[in-house]
Amino acid sequence: MFTNFFYTLKNFGVPVSLNEWQTVLEALEAGMAGSSLTGFYYLSRALLVKTEAHYDRFDMAFASFFKDVDTPEGLPDKIWEWLDKELPPLEITEEMRRKHHQLDLDELKRMLEERLAEQDEEHHGGNYWIGTGGTSPFGHSGYHPGGIRIGGESRNLSAVKVAGMRRFQEFRTDETLGVRQFQVALRKLRQFTSRLEGEATELDLDATVDKTCNNAGRLELVWERPRENSIKVLLLMDAGGSMVTYTRLCNQLFTAVNRSNHFKDLKTFYFHNCIYDWMFHDPHCTLDNYTDTEYILRTYSPDYRVIIVGDASMAPSELTRIGGVIEWGLYNDKPGLHWLQRLRSHFEYSVWLNPIPKDYWDWTDGAWTIRKIGEIFPMEELTVDGLERAILALRSRKPAKV
Amino acid sequence: MAKNSAKYQGSKDYIASDELMNSVNIAIALQKPLLIKGEPGTGKTMLAKSIADSLGMDLIIWNIKSTTKAQEGLYVYDTVQRLYDSQFGDNDVSDIKQYIKLGKLGEAFMADEQVVLLIDEIDKADLEFPNDLLWELDQMSFYIPETRETINAKHRPIVIITSNAEKELPDAFLRRCIFHYIAFPDPEGMERIVRVHHPNLEKRLLQQALETFYALRNVPNIQKKPSTSELIDWLQALVVGGISPNRIKQELPFLGVLLKKNEDLDTLLNQLHGKTQANRPPQPSYTSLNRYRY
Repeated sequence: MFTNFFYTLKNFGVPVSLNEWQTVLEALEAGMAGSSLTGFYYLSRALLVKTEAHYDRFDMAFASFFKDVDTPEGLPDKIWEWLDKELPPLEITEEMRRKHHQLDLDELKRMLEERLAEQDEEHHGGNYWIGTGGTSPFGHSGYHPGGIRIGGESRNLSAVKVAGMRRFQEFRTDETLGVRQFQVALRKLRQFTSRLEGEATELDLDATVDKTCNNAGRLELVWERPRENSIKVLLLMDAGGSMVTYTRLCNQLFTAVNRSNHFKDLKTFYFHNCIYDWMFHDPHCTLDNYTDTEYILRTYSPDYRVIIVGDASMAPSELTRIGGVIEWGLYNDKPGLHWLQRLRSHFEYSVWLNPIPKDYWDWTDGAWTIRKIGEIFPMEELTVDGLERAILALRSRKPAKV
Repeated sequence: MAKNSAKYQGSKDYIASDELMNSVNIAIALQKPLLIKGEPGTGKTMLAKSIADSLGMDLIIWNIKSTTKAQEGLYVYDTVQRLYDSQFGDNDVSDIKQYIKLGKLGEAFMADEQVVLLIDEIDKADLEFPNDLLWELDQMSFYIPETRETINAKHRPIVIITSNAEKELPDAFLRRCIFHYIAFPDPEGMERIVRVHHPNLEKRLLQQALETFYALRNVPNIQKKPSTSELIDWLQALVVGGISPNRIKQELPFLGVLLKKNEDLDTLLNQLHGKTQANRPPQPSYTSLNRYRY
């Protein structure tokens, strides 16, 4: 009967496999959900969801699938409690249950209105008035399988309600998140090599055996260098005015990149809107502190991974025209597009991260330039998911299309 | 199946939420590894100890480091020792068995009674590490080619794996685990946890300290948020220092216990300072070409 739930989960983007689903069914058969919806919620979440990033999607799927199931949660437990407490003979309980079950919601509401009109003082316990305890359908902390709770707290949160609270919303990875998440993503950017200088500290077993054999059995140990990350990164950041909106986001990425100490080399340059003849050393982008782009193209080898961060939104002329640079005092004799293409064909591992959400790319102010630059560089939005995709792209060499 | 196995219900010195207990019991009943994630200081490692205590089992801890290889958890074949022995003839080198040393996982398999095995901070190891353990954790057995022996678990250990989310774990590995995320406790839950460590704490002191603690956690841009263990240390410091509850919020004594990074202290001071000057207009700056930008 839950097969549709499986598909609901898939539709909401929770990656569930048949194996895990099988386990859920086995667990259900073993009675591990305790025949309550809450039990089923925790059981299926523990078995089907494997990262807190998907808790929110699971909650949404669960709430949407079970929203019409309105079972009084934990009812059997309550009855067991009654029996444990040696309450009056069973037939009264049964009778009460039958009577209580006859009330439907409309009738309850009508009765509540009548009762509100009648009642003029506090009541606790008993089975008729609005109050705490007792078995009247109205009030709280009492028992009535189909009653209306007024104030107070539900003893047992229904699973649909727990799911509806969406407590794990902040763990979604398609949201823009903090420094740490970026760091985790950046950690995937690595490539090990042992052909580097450094202390040889690891025992090379095969070579040791060979050497020892060659020595007629006299032991000779051979050491080798440990593996090291050989990835070098060039970070180019747009420091233009339109980027101010995204300062915080870019700062987080910047901090994360700088804190990732697993890169062999990391260089950062700044540009304003588009890259021309100069790359600046600080976000102010002034001509008293810069390096020629030409020099960068000649100095840094193509195995540098280039991450460009920018909104790629500018006037079309800044990209296509000679002298199109936005700064007053500057002049470029080659259009920005030319420089971008040269960068792309030199650095085959390169990617453009755009802080503007992807949904906006088609109709935001700079839609034309975003599309144009997107044709040159693989472009991803600056979120954790986007960064992960970008890093996947950086791991494989993609020749420039230009 | 569920009825035969023991049920975990928390232990005296460890407060487990119902959700967590539920997940632990599911993992025990289904005999699958339980993967625990959560912020640092939410008691991931302590959980294994608590399970072992409450079920009366031994606890075997396998601490993972960045250099740990999966093989080390199963067994280590001490070839160097054997080579040395072959040169000096101290031991009978034809008996390979004496050079096979079981790792933590092997130990857990060979134990005479069911044990709790904690694989701590699995994300510290290499990306491929969890994949190398798939079969062993699934089947609870491994093969030692050197001695042509298969080690089978006498009793399937209860496996608890913790992760700080430094690296994503491979899907194939995740599929075999029960997953639980320990959310950071709310103030009420935190009060219960603190009570375990400081049973005789003055109510007002605790209340003031907790309010300050959660306020600090909510300060934006704090890089390392103070966690449970820091709170407990801080309370200890407050008690030893004889700080009166009224002074906690104003003076933030022993702040270094809560915030361990210089940047975080600066951020906090900036925020407190900034609030008093919020009405001042921002200073215009013409130091660069910024004024030409849109």
